[in-house]
Amino acid sequence: MTLKTRLLATSAAIMIATTGAVYADGHATHPVTGETLASDQTFTYRDLDESPSIDPGMAEDSAGGDIVRDLFEGLFNQDAAGNLEPGVATGYVVSGDNLVYTFTLRDNAKWSNGDPVTAGDFEYAWKRAASPALASPYSWFIELMSVENASAVIAGDMEPSALGISATDDTTLEVRLSQPLPYFTQMLTHYTTFPVHQATVDAFGSDWTKPGNMVSNGAYVLTQHVPQEKLVRERNPMYWDNENTIIEKVTSLVINDENVALTRYLAGELDRTDVPAGQFPRLSAEYPAQAMSVPYACSYYYMFNLRDNGPEELKDPDVRKALSLAIDRDIITENVLAGGQKSAYTFTHWATAGFETPDIPMASMTQAARNEMAKDLLAQAGYGADNPLTIDLVYNTDEAHKSVAVAISQMWKQTLGVETTLANQEWQTFLEARSNGDFDVARGGWCADYNEASTFLDLMQSASGYNDSKYVNPEVDALLADAKTADNPQADYTAVEQIIAVDTPIMPIYHYASVKMFAENLEGWPFENFQQNWYSRDLYKIAK
Amino acid sequence: MFIFVARRLAVAIPTLLILVVLSFVLMYAAPGGPFNSERPLPPEVLRNIEAKYGLDQPFWKQIVNYVVGVVTQFDFGPSFQYKDRTVNDVIAQGFPVTLTYGFWSFVVAVTVGVSLGVAAAIKQNTWLDYLAVGISIGAQVLPNFVMAPILLLVFTLWLGWLPGGGWNGGQWEYLIMPVLALSTSYMASIARITRSSMLEVLNTNFIRTAQAKGLPMRRVIWHHAMKPAMLPVLSYLGPAFVGMITGSVVIDVIFSTGGIGQFFVNSAFNRDYSVIMGITILVGTLTILFNLAVDILYAWIDPKIRY
Repeated sequence: MTLKTRLLATSAAIMIATTGAVYADGHATHPVTGETLASDQTFTYRDLDESPSIDPGMAEDSAGGDIVRDLFEGLFNQDAAGNLEPGVATGYVVSGDNLVYTFTLRDNAKWSNGDPVTAGDFEYAWKRAASPALASPYSWFIELMSVENASAVIAGDMEPSALGISATDDTTLEVRLSQPLPYFTQMLTHYTTFPVHQATVDAFGSDWTKPGNMVSNGAYVLTQHVPQEKLVRERNPMYWDNENTIIEKVTSLVINDENVALTRYLAGELDRTDVPAGQFPRLSAEYPAQAMSVPYACSYYYMFNLRDNGPEELKDPDVRKALSLAIDRDIITENVLAGGQKSAYTFTHWATAGFETPDIPMASMTQAARNEMAKDLLAQAGYGADNPLTIDLVYNTDEAHKSVAVAISQMWKQTLGVETTLANQEWQTFLEARSNGDFDVARGGWCADYNEASTFLDLMQSASGYNDSKYVNPEVDALLADAKTADNPQADYTAVEQIIAVDTPIMPIYHYASVKMFAENLEGWPFENFQQNWYSRDLYKIAK
Repeated sequence: MFIFVARRLAVAIPTLLILVVLSFVLMYAAPGGPFNSERPLPPEVLRNIEAKYGLDQPFWKQIVNYVVGVVTQFDFGPSFQYKDRTVNDVIAQGFPVTLTYGFWSFVVAVTVGVSLGVAAAIKQNTWLDYLAVGISIGAQVLPNFVMAPILLLVFTLWLGWLPGGGWNGGQWEYLIMPVLALSTSYMASIARITRSSMLEVLNTNFIRTAQAKGLPMRRVIWHHAMKPAMLPVLSYLGPAFVGMITGSVVIDVIFSTGGIGQFFVNSAFNRDYSVIMGITILVGTLTILFNLAVDILYAWIDPKIRY
């Protein structure tokens, strides 16, 4: 076995050497930057909704993920730029066939009750997350990581004990994969892989996540949780890097209405809130130091229904391409949304790590040229003023989705004379309609599970459960399969994006941006982190 | 009277059962399900989840299991959406909140509404009457989803007097805006009903008799006119009280109070079957109980009414 040792250099080591600051007098300074710290080190932010769960094995939404990352710590964390940095693991070795990963765990990691965090805690947590008994909605993540026997365990064909993870000793963890996965370690910052304290789960059952019961290993512990109102976490003195934590207390408030949240932010009650659609230009003019827009790992697109029983007109790739060409994406990003989103001609978000946006002919054309080409394509396909194309466009009820849909239907009407029927549907109805194929064109949004292009492009696989277009192209399937094991999969991704641009099973519209207001004295926010995975322990407030 | 109450309670049980079955059927008839999302679950994962919540069983069996669980153990099941909690947890947390601000809204709406209505009726066609009618019409046309953000803007952003939301265990400063926003339109209705009913009573013969006998106006109003004038108000108050204590999604959404109104609406959007059922049963039971309470009060106020 050839060993590739990849020990991760750590800035944390340097930070440990510096002494922890005293904050109470308001004159303490940040150990690295030397800025004067505010005496109030609390961070309060708005969440749109109550998260379904804050159990690492059960959590399923990004807001819940934010909370879980504060309360628990996995093998690795992400730094401000989204790169891996040591968490409970200090490093790992991988076997020559890239199938066996052996992690070394730090010996000073502790649970909030003082117990050491061991490799066995990870083994327990992963087996628990995959087990049919827990029935976690995120059990598929273990499968996505290609952990040996994950599929069989989830399907109930094997016992959870057969999962390819085992603790060699307290500080050595071995994970066996069923196939090499170049971005496997990237996935270890995801909450589904975080450790869980077995004695606590055994003692309290599903009540273990309540304040007072929960034992966690992150920089913070849960002190208060009132569903639909707020969740409070305070620093964990047992955390191995506690002396470098500055924020004392973090409160997430559930505020459904974004305009109410903005009012409360402006009244000084919140340190972070979302910018309502369309308000970014005004707010960034008024509060330039507070309104921020950074790339965020999601793509917004419209999909065509390519099922056999779907609309005949849309079976012609030229018709689909014409519709895609006629969308003036810049109007949508600059005038409709106006929040720093970027026009999209590829499905993969432009800021995805290691992804070079391929040359898509349409991207470099002017809108006038696109419109000409669209008219020609549609005329050749036999549609015109006397035989207009009609389309049912379905989206889920939301002001922003509505604005985009109205704008696009107008563009189609003006450029191509296409008659669009807009149908907004309540969320669950929409999902059902989309997965049953009751649409001509439907809205879609996809967010990265990990920072690598396959998280987007795998949706184009014929067998993907998320391929609601039911697009089938064996060439794409072959390229994506090859990308899984290629040393540099960029060529495959470029080819796939170019094929999609021709076949047009979907129309990429824009790449998301995270548009938020941040209190002026809040520092340390990882704006560079593409998935916007943030950790409260990296934040601090400076004295004004 | 006892027989009346017993009979009403006996009817309540089949009513509730019908409510349960109807809600169950309607819920399942709605498209989608509790575990659908933007990211559809792989079939084997979905199967595990459905097995855990008993959704893989035939429909009739699910209803029977549900009703048996509720009746025998008062167990409303786990929430499908909030996976760390049961329906009992959701209600235990949300209902006291709603009950608190609902109760105070009720107190405010009744006190202010009845006072305005009575004052307007006694001083009919004076400036006081016009003012009272003006206030109640103003309050009526300002729905709480308009009222609440205005309050927020004025008291939180401009004046900085009150916190913009949250509950904090129901401290008074967190109560003021929810109570104001919730009570105004009820207050307006109560004022209008009180005024017209009081006017009607004041024109009856027995009031004229009382006045002819030289009784002071105060005594006429309190001892003779008030009780009969309250009858129409009372029939409005029964459902209004239930409406207030079972919460308002507008109040919960805008003031982040964590009350039950928001859970109710969200559960419908999320197809969180068990929470929909739990809260429907709670609201149904309360509606039945308060209608009964109103009927009993009727008999006490108006001796002509006998059951």
